[in-house]
Amino acid sequence: MDSPANQELSNATTPQGDPVSSSAAQPAASTKPAAPPPAAKPPAKAPGAIVESAPDPPVNKMRRRIVWSAIAASLIAYFLMFLRFFLPRTIFEPSSTFRIGALGDYALGVDTKWQQQYRIWVTKTSDRLFVIYARCTHLGCTPDWKASENKFKCPCHGSGYDSEGINFEGPAPRPMDRAHVELDAEGQIVVDIARLYDWPKGEKNEFDEPGAFIPL
Amino acid sequence: MAETPDPKETKQLTDGETSSSSMIERIREGGSSLKDRAIEEAKGYKDPQDTQLWKSIFRVSHDRSDPRNRSLAVLSNVFLHLHPAKINRDAVRYPFTWGMGGITFYLFIVLTFTGVLLMFYYHPTKADAFKDILYLEHDVPFGKLLRNMHRWAAHLMVITTWLHMFRVVLTGSYKRPREFNWCVGVVLLVLTLLLSFTGYLLPDDQLGFWAVTVGTNMARATPMLGSEGPFGPQLGMTPFNDVRFGLLGGSIVDSNALLRSYIWHCIGIPLVASIFMAVHFWRIRKDGGISGPAPVVLESEIKAVKKK
Repeated sequence: MDSPANQELSNATTPQGDPVSSSAAQPAASTKPAAPPPAAKPPAKAPGAIVESAPDPPVNKMRRRIVWSAIAASLIAYFLMFLRFFLPRTIFEPSSTFRIGALGDYALGVDTKWQQQYRIWVTKTSDRLFVIYARCTHLGCTPDWKASENKFKCPCHGSGYDSEGINFEGPAPRPMDRAHVELDAEGQIVVDIARLYDWPKGEKNEFDEPGAFIPL
Repeated sequence: MAETPDPKETKQLTDGETSSSSMIERIREGGSSLKDRAIEEAKGYKDPQDTQLWKSIFRVSHDRSDPRNRSLAVLSNVFLHLHPAKINRDAVRYPFTWGMGGITFYLFIVLTFTGVLLMFYYHPTKADAFKDILYLEHDVPFGKLLRNMHRWAAHLMVITTWLHMFRVVLTGSYKRPREFNWCVGVVLLVLTLLLSFTGYLLPDDQLGFWAVTVGTNMARATPMLGSEGPFGPQLGMTPFNDVRFGLLGGSIVDSNALLRSYIWHCIGIPLVASIFMAVHFWRIRKDGGISGPAPVVLESEIKAVKKK
């Protein structure tokens, strides 16, 4: 009876003019039902021995998808860990919040007493007290308070601000930022320079928001 | 005239037209070339490998049915072309090779990667080094993991180097023509051990400090180059100019020693080791590929050879 294997065998032995078809028949012919189990062990122990192998099992697409998804998930997890690594949990810098005394310690106008230590000016007007962060909005220099001319003047490129920190001359694009202020339980003024209020040109004025000043 | 314009003709003038063709025809041509570009784009959504973007990145077709493409995929890739495009099927027989050379190289990559990340938080100064290691352990997210990975990979790399050398001896893979590659490998072993030694001092803890003290004290006894070695003093060697002084940057294990250890560990020795590794891998290629037993041949392949 012509089993498929025998048929392929006879195909292999009869001369075929086309080398492509004969080599195409070989991979099928390599599986002979009479062959030893597909363990790929050489029948002879000598090196360079001839072995046979079983045909490849059908592709398991689901298994491939699972493996590739697991690899992708691991790589994404490693990448997120890599990013998180660059943000330490504690740093050794001064705190961004500090106390600067009571409301009564300040007279009307600009007080420069904390400029060296905290980079701020404390400004008291008739209705409010606020803290200006002493950073020029042009390129970040520290302006000078010119009491005699009643203005802030930046030595770097000449930006000028009025006594409330609003820019009126020079390259500064907007008024100087103001720091968050509030009163604590003992009535001390607490400043937080990590939370700044700004007033970009043509945008919302944050200087009237509750944390930007202390009403008197 | 033009019903559906032939793509080949839209870019150039059709027969009989001069450059002063009418506005309508020019607009039509412009529109049709736009249409062709749109068709080209749309093809990309079906098969990304047809887009110009793909071709620009990958240059060669990745169609695996053509043997030439499969070779080209390796040969034309900057990362893969260091591999041979074809290897003997039995090169991957782990019972023969153990894969230890490759595992050692993989550990070197792990050490480099974890090491670079650790460098972001380490200052090689006496004031900071010890604190930085504590900082990594407690305050840096995944710092503990990275530090431990670095330490484990270092220990494992020494072990796998040893296993690799053991395997090479057992399989006779140091014999002709591979003798020189064995020597290169021995140099790599020494460099691996030096990397371990220089890295050990960096936490500036008791373990590291005394290990370097003992190790460099041995250097004092070097013949001719050590202040306490044979012929050393006669050649003018003192504790302030001998080889130990050169290693430590001083006569004591102090801040100079720490900095030198750091530079040797992170830059000097890795560079030298990379060069030796390049030679080592190159010689494997040139000496006939990874050594293995005589190749296994499938019966089907024997028949095909006869057929041809």
